[in-house]
Amino acid sequence: MPENTVTRALLSEAVYQEVGLSRNESADLVETVINEISDALARGEMVKISSFGSFSVRQKGRRVGRNPKTGEEVPIMPRRVLVFRASHVLKERVNRVAADTEDLGQTVRVG
Amino acid sequence: MTKSELIQRLAELNPHLYQRDVEKIVTTIFDEISEALARGDRVELRGFGAFSVKRRDARVGRNPRTGDSVQVTEKAIPFFKTGKQLRERLNTDE
Repeated sequence: MPENTVTRALLSEAVYQEVGLSRNESADLVETVINEISDALARGEMVKISSFGSFSVRQKGRRVGRNPKTGEEVPIMPRRVLVFRASHVLKERVNRVAADTEDLGQTVRVG
Repeated sequence: MTKSELIQRLAELNPHLYQRDVEKIVTTIFDEISEALARGDRVELRGFGAFSVKRRDARVGRNPRTGDSVQVTEKAIPFFKTGKQLRERLNTDE
């Protein structure tokens, strides 16, 4: 499947088209939104965007890992990781296309 | 932080903008990301992270209550990988 990569440039362009601010200001606003979300996460806050998904920060404990190349044991220090959970709306949107483009005989779903 | 708090914050930082425009900006950004994922595209926001779609093959699952086999169809799931800069920021004291 040919896969394109969307970047800040396309998001700024969409804001520019939709809102009618200058291209520069649109780009700045996209950056501000990304920064505000990052700041909240860095403070350890959860970020919930309705009909899109939520980002939460999880604390992971210390564990013993292994260097896959040498087999050597390496301690992995306690750290904070970011977890993204897509909303039902987003999950459905992503699947609607898959169901449309492929002839799926089965429609049974679990969970 | 919720979407409305994010909009509120953005409005405070940009007092020259109409509230409805601020709402439109935030909505447009997340709609655009969702649309890209619905097309099967990747969304890469350097420093923050990348959204992509992963495929899960069809499989035979089980109803955990009854133990019956159930056919689970192939599905796509949205996935997010945290960017290097944000990952580092989460682990430094500010």
